[in-house]
Amino acid sequence: MIKLSAASRAALLGWLMLGLALVVIVGPFLWIAVASFKQPIAILSGTWSFTPTLDNYTDVLLSKRSDFLAGVRNSLIVAAASTAIVLVVGTLAAYSLHRFAWARWVTLGFLGWTLAFHMIPVLTLVGPWYLAFKQLGLYDTRLALILTHVSVNLPMAVWLLMSFFKDIPPEIEQAALVDGCHPLSAFWYVVLPLVVPGLIAAGVLAFVFSWNEFSIALNLVSQSNATVPVVVAKFAQDYEIQHGQMAAASILATIPALVLMVFGQRFIVQGLTMGSVK
Amino acid sequence: MTPPPGPARRRRRGLVEVLNATFKHWSLLPAVLLFTLLTAYPVVNLLRMAVSTIEFREGGENWSFTPLHNWSLLLADTALAPVVRNTLVFVAVAVAIEMVAGLALALLIGGLARGKAVMRTLMIIPILVPPVAIGSMFKLMFNHDFGFFNQILGWVGIAPVSWLGSTKLALLSVIIVDVWHWVPFIFLILFAAVEGLPKEVLEAARVDGATRGQLLRRVTLPLLMPALTVALVFRAILAFKTFDEVYLLTGGGPGTSSELLSLHLYKVFFEQNQLGYGALLSVFTIIGVLSLMVLARWLTRRWALR
Repeated sequence: MIKLSAASRAALLGWLMLGLALVVIVGPFLWIAVASFKQPIAILSGTWSFTPTLDNYTDVLLSKRSDFLAGVRNSLIVAAASTAIVLVVGTLAAYSLHRFAWARWVTLGFLGWTLAFHMIPVLTLVGPWYLAFKQLGLYDTRLALILTHVSVNLPMAVWLLMSFFKDIPPEIEQAALVDGCHPLSAFWYVVLPLVVPGLIAAGVLAFVFSWNEFSIALNLVSQSNATVPVVVAKFAQDYEIQHGQMAAASILATIPALVLMVFGQRFIVQGLTMGSVK
Repeated sequence: MTPPPGPARRRRRGLVEVLNATFKHWSLLPAVLLFTLLTAYPVVNLLRMAVSTIEFREGGENWSFTPLHNWSLLLADTALAPVVRNTLVFVAVAVAIEMVAGLALALLIGGLARGKAVMRTLMIIPILVPPVAIGSMFKLMFNHDFGFFNQILGWVGIAPVSWLGSTKLALLSVIIVDVWHWVPFIFLILFAAVEGLPKEVLEAARVDGATRGQLLRRVTLPLLMPALTVALVFRAILAFKTFDEVYLLTGGGPGTSSELLSLHLYKVFFEQNQLGYGALLSVFTIIGVLSLMVLARWLTRRWALR
């Protein structure tokens, strides 16, 4: 046996860990990706040698029975609109709570309520939402999803942006105000540019959460307004489960997450860990 | 830019001044309005629904005041006891595994000289993938006839197992998926904390002759305690909300063997159309979650004081 120094043993262990993590995390995606290129017979026999086919993808994307592309359109509209509203409303609220001398009960009440709401299983509120949107005539509209997604993601955005606002030295803003800047212009021209990373983090997370959201979309809209997760679930739920399409739809639904991971990684990590470390 | 002439300009000036003077108030207003309409009002409505029976007739819904009816439904709900038990088992087991695995990974990866960035990138993937896609992927991998898990068992010479179809394994399978999904989240939080550990303190302990075990128990873990507490509380509360994966993987079955709280609420509300009883259950759920929150706060306070 070869004797290893402590340092190289640690390095070896490190590479082993990396390899293991790679297999455990990427493995399922690879297995599903391989399955998504198989004909039904190849899937059922579990073989590894097969002629790849795009049938599953063309079926998911183009077949008349599939709502996938309509789902993508609905998801994009809902996620983009709710993210925009979350950013505007959340930034203003976070700044207001951070910057102005609100009475303690206002700050604590607001933050406490958003925290409590964030912890409650969302399905406790889907029932009342269902009734309210029926009464308002908003049941089965994208607007219903946009509004509910805003309320679900707003707490995250407010806390995240508050912690970014707190990182700005107060002198910068005071200097602007002393120089004759209005509070509004100080906010817009001085403070806001400094929290752009926070805006990106909150925006990316709000978009992803809205894109992924399932339990509300399942119950507040029907087929024509269904979002991607609802469509994906349908492939796995139908009485005659179509395994190939199910695999292809899962892979397709994952693509936006992977794209964001590549481009927004720094901000996502910051967003996911910041609230908890501080 | 040329300023707009005369009165219009004055009006705009005035508007800007008003906006500036009331900035404090109008900046918080939209969020308060949204939360009142979309979260506070539904919660109040829940209380009203919980004492009512709501039936859908042609042309609208019909509310009747029947407080005792919903309580009798509660007592007659045979699924409730298994659901509560499943949820507690699920949260306890899944979160415990995730905490241990996440901590071990964070410590190990934190000690590496290279590969940290790659690792972190990998770990983000499961967090960002739609839970529905994860559920659907694992449903395929748990498949009895051709699934990945039974393929592995086959290589080792073990007969295929019905992961999702047996009352004994269904909940375990859901836990496996949850662990895969959320270990990365714990890892990210704890990894950030490990990277932020004061190097001098660790070095001083090492110089003083602390063994690896002592270093971990006496120095590293106490320093990580705040991050560990936060990760635990966050994750435990999120685990109570689990819905998407169970809905897809088992639908709560077979029987009620893997039915979790959120799924049960869904079934009562939208499959059995018991909006009144569902509201009563929701009220209890909210009270339960909020008590847990207060308890967690109290525990962390006590911890901080020690």
